Amino acid sequence: MAGISRDEVLHVARLARLELTDEEVGRFQEQLSEIIEAISKVSQLDLSDVPPTAHPLEIANTWAEDEPRPSLTLDEVFANAPDRDDGYFRVPPA
Amino acid sequence: MIDTLRLTAEEAWRLVDGREISGAELFAAYAGREDDLHAYLHRCDDPGGDGIPIAIKDVIGTKGVPTTAGSKILEGYVPVFDSTVASRCKQRGLRLLGKTNTDEFAMGSSTENSAFGPSRNPWDPTRVPGGSGGGSAAAVTGGLAPWALGSDTGGSIKQPSALCGNVGLRPTYGTVSRYGVVAFASSLDQVGPVAKTVRDCAFLYSIIAGRDENDSTTVEVPTVELPGAEDLTGVRIGVPKEMNEAEGIEPGVSAAVRRAIELAESLGAEVGECSLPRSVEYGVACYYLVAPAEASSNLGRYDGVRYGLRSDAADFREMLMQTRHDGFGDEPKRRIMIGTYALSSGYYDAYYGTAQKVRTVIRREHADVFESFDLIVSPTSPTVAFKIGEKVDNPLAMYLNDLLTIPSCMAGLPGLNIPCGLSEGLPVGLQLIGPQFSENTLFRAGHALERALGFDSVPERLR
Amino acid sequence: MSNWEAVIGLEIHVQLKTRTKMFCRCPNGFGGEPNTQTCPVCLAFPGALPVANRRAVEECIKLGLALDCEIAERAVFHRKNYFYPDLPKAYQISQYDEPLCARGKLAVPTENGDITVGITRAHLEEDAAKNVHVAASGRIHGATATLVDFNRGGTPLVEIVTEPDLHDAESAKRFLQLLRQTVVELDLSDAELEKGSMRFDVNVSVRPAGSDELRTRTELKNMNSFNFAAKGIEREIARQIRVYEQGGIVEQETLHFDPAHEESPPMRSKEEAQDYRYFPDPDLVPVHPPVDVVERLRGEIGELPGARIKRIADTLSFYDADVLVTGGLDRLWADVVAAGAEPKEAANVLANQFVATGIAPSAVNAAELAKLVSARAEIPRAAFDEALAKTGDAGFTAAPYLEQKVVGDAAELDPIIERIIDANPGQAEQFRGGKQGLLGFFVGQVMKETGGKADPRVVNERVREKLRA
Ligand SMILES: [Mg+2]
Ligand SMILES: [Zn+2]
Repeated sequence: MAGISRDEVLHVARLARLELTDEEVGRFQEQLSEIIEAISKVSQLDLSDVPPTAHPLEIANTWAEDEPRPSLTLDEVFANAPDRDDGYFRVPPA
Repeated sequence: MIDTLRLTAEEAWRLVDGREISGAELFAAYAGREDDLHAYLHRCDDPGGDGIPIAIKDVIGTKGVPTTAGSKILEGYVPVFDSTVASRCKQRGLRLLGKTNTDEFAMGSSTENSAFGPSRNPWDPTRVPGGSGGGSAAAVTGGLAPWALGSDTGGSIKQPSALCGNVGLRPTYGTVSRYGVVAFASSLDQVGPVAKTVRDCAFLYSIIAGRDENDSTTVEVPTVELPGAEDLTGVRIGVPKEMNEAEGIEPGVSAAVRRAIELAESLGAEVGECSLPRSVEYGVACYYLVAPAEASSNLGRYDGVRYGLRSDAADFREMLMQTRHDGFGDEPKRRIMIGTYALSSGYYDAYYGTAQKVRTVIRREHADVFESFDLIVSPTSPTVAFKIGEKVDNPLAMYLNDLLTIPSCMAGLPGLNIPCGLSEGLPVGLQLIGPQFSENTLFRAGHALERALGFDSVPERLR
Repeated sequence: MSNWEAVIGLEIHVQLKTRTKMFCRCPNGFGGEPNTQTCPVCLAFPGALPVANRRAVEECIKLGLALDCEIAERAVFHRKNYFYPDLPKAYQISQYDEPLCARGKLAVPTENGDITVGITRAHLEEDAAKNVHVAASGRIHGATATLVDFNRGGTPLVEIVTEPDLHDAESAKRFLQLLRQTVVELDLSDAELEKGSMRFDVNVSVRPAGSDELRTRTELKNMNSFNFAAKGIEREIARQIRVYEQGGIVEQETLHFDPAHEESPPMRSKEEAQDYRYFPDPDLVPVHPPVDVVERLRGEIGELPGARIKRIADTLSFYDADVLVTGGLDRLWADVVAAGAEPKEAANVLANQFVATGIAPSAVNAAELAKLVSARAEIPRAAFDEALAKTGDAGFTAAPYLEQKVVGDAAELDPIIERIIDANPGQAEQFRGGKQGLLGFFVGQVMKETGGKADPRVVNERVREKLRA
């Protein structure tokens, strides 16, 4: 299952919301194919009885009490905003 | 005259404490030095305070000070809150010298992936300082900061320290807060210190480490002991065969590491061979599934809505796609696509799911080795610093640079780099890895070896 | 009615009324100026990290227990990845294959026994923010924009998914009402449909009666009332049957009803719609519900509405019991009865008149209300209504109203009745010609004339008598 087709590159880029130029599609197809071939190596191991590790630390139940803390000021909220409309973030129509 | 190339943080602290120099003088000595290594993306004015200066990698959020993560998509972004590590440094009075260069979103091994141009190696400016934390490593060795903070996902503290000839610690996962640190791969990212000596490294670690209520994945940490012992009596050191004989390790690197191991033995360490076959064989493949998968999700927030770059477009979706096209460089794009692919329906089990199981194999293999040894050693990087431009067109070759640092990162283990000699006139790094929460052991061993090795951390061309 | 059987499954989102959000400590409050209840975490600023709200975790467990679920020994938060302006991280933190609560059931009592609905799972997640789609203020002519308010973003939701165990619209409606009442009584949520603090989607398919195949289902999303939902389901069942009977195929589709409460964005293509790339959120650690916490929560759950309906239906009709319990009136009813009111009479007053006053049952002094209920026939209707409307006032007493007596004396009422008949000869003529419905007209006139003090039974009798004359 090594390699990745041009269509798969486009599909993955769409899923990740990345616009790609034609040149990029070609270049990434080549590079990603090589990388995917290398990482496909993981399938060589027999892992039938091995549980997954999602996290290197085996801890549980770290949570916070339900006590409010101050929110940001509107100046802070919008300090880096590309576009603002009164108290709202403004974006092109979704 | 303050010799910023040689002054350790410990000595600087003593001088300031003893009123032999003022904090402002000290800050000015570093701030006044020309940054011909492009170690910094942004330098700060002296904020005052009673502590000594520090440089912070630009993925680490600093309130009121630009934080770009080396990416065009965050150009001009100024956080309204401090990362926990930045705020702990502030509480100790440390003065921010500036934000250091990094591969974009910490993705890379040379800082050549920085959207703002590469940093240079203080030993040879035609060579890379390593990455992703090349800016921090170059700053410390180049006399631009007494010490610095880096971040490490698969080797981004240890490898630049190796290539620049200084001391870098990647702490045990969960000991240092990630709150406010631009995320790359959340189950791997750890902030750590870069310094000239092991004692400085340990001291800076003691400032930043410890449970943070804003990061669910942090824990309480054993009290940090500043190392003093100069022997290694009773320390059991394992030498994993695969990590010391791996293909691609340069002969000069091998030789320097071998000499360091012999020195350890002469200091009283019990040295024995051990084996991590699957960790080394499958570590890189596993890492390049797990890290991109998490990254693909972590980088979703750069959508042009609340901060960062926004490209013009008629509708939201177009704006989103164009913004991400224009804002991300090639390396984040590659990793976002690999990660998206590895998580996508039909591929999850074969890729991400399998990688998580391999991660278990790697953890277990390391746990077994630490039944018999207190720590293990190997070269940090298979090579010394390479030429700028040498590997940029071959992402896969670049990935293999992290062959030796990656396995222990996958297992969440701490690793310390100390310089152990020169090869072809460039520093060679020795990597010491211990079980979880064994930082004190690493400091002790690293300090004893550092004393015995007597490595001169000032680059020959600057002496 | 036919050879077809409907198969209905529900997916319900309930917004918890914790003080703070699910993964940050911003206030979890309705309203507020846009974006004033936000922080680096719920705005997904670079580096911000989620920390789970302990209370929300406990409330989800409590609801799971009330729904007879198994509480997981280990539950995990996953990321559900998709892009939309109201989803700042580009993923929703939710739960996937290791939910907090699973394999439960809720028995919905009916006149003919329980309908038991399997609860597939009940899990915790965070809500999306709110998009407001507007016309542009001029810069780009004719263009529109989307404005985003992140106040709601990150507030805690419990998502409840049922097995496809329901087979008609009425049962689905009853299930939803019972679930709502359960959530409200556990004090976990306002569960108000209008405010969006309870939202639900319905999956509907039909199959030949007696078969156990599962055919293509359609999804009805974001309906904002139970009656509306029941009608929607009925229509959709009928439509699907029609399609099959005409030899067609039901297409998988989603029908949106209330775009203000969209859960996820419209997708451009099916492949994208399916691919949320779930994986365990590495910023959070697993939840291992401590046994003592689970037991404490179990102890906090009182007798549940379903059980109370069945118990009360031993005294009243099933219908009355259902109305009282799902209306949140049964505890007051029990108190009023205990204070001496006749059970059926009390149920009628509560379910019909009291409900219309909008007074909170908890605000009422049951003993005073009982006096009022018991005197209903003896006092004028207007006085009764006025008194009922005041039962929520502090210090309300029935006494002043009980002193007002109805006028039930025929000698007093007859002259008034005669005068009204004389004044309306046309209507009187029509009544005599067989238009019986006009009786109400005359009775109403008399009641009006007497200021509501006449005894309606006597008026009825006398009007009929006089008209016949
Ligand atoms: Mg949901
Ligand atoms: Zn918040």
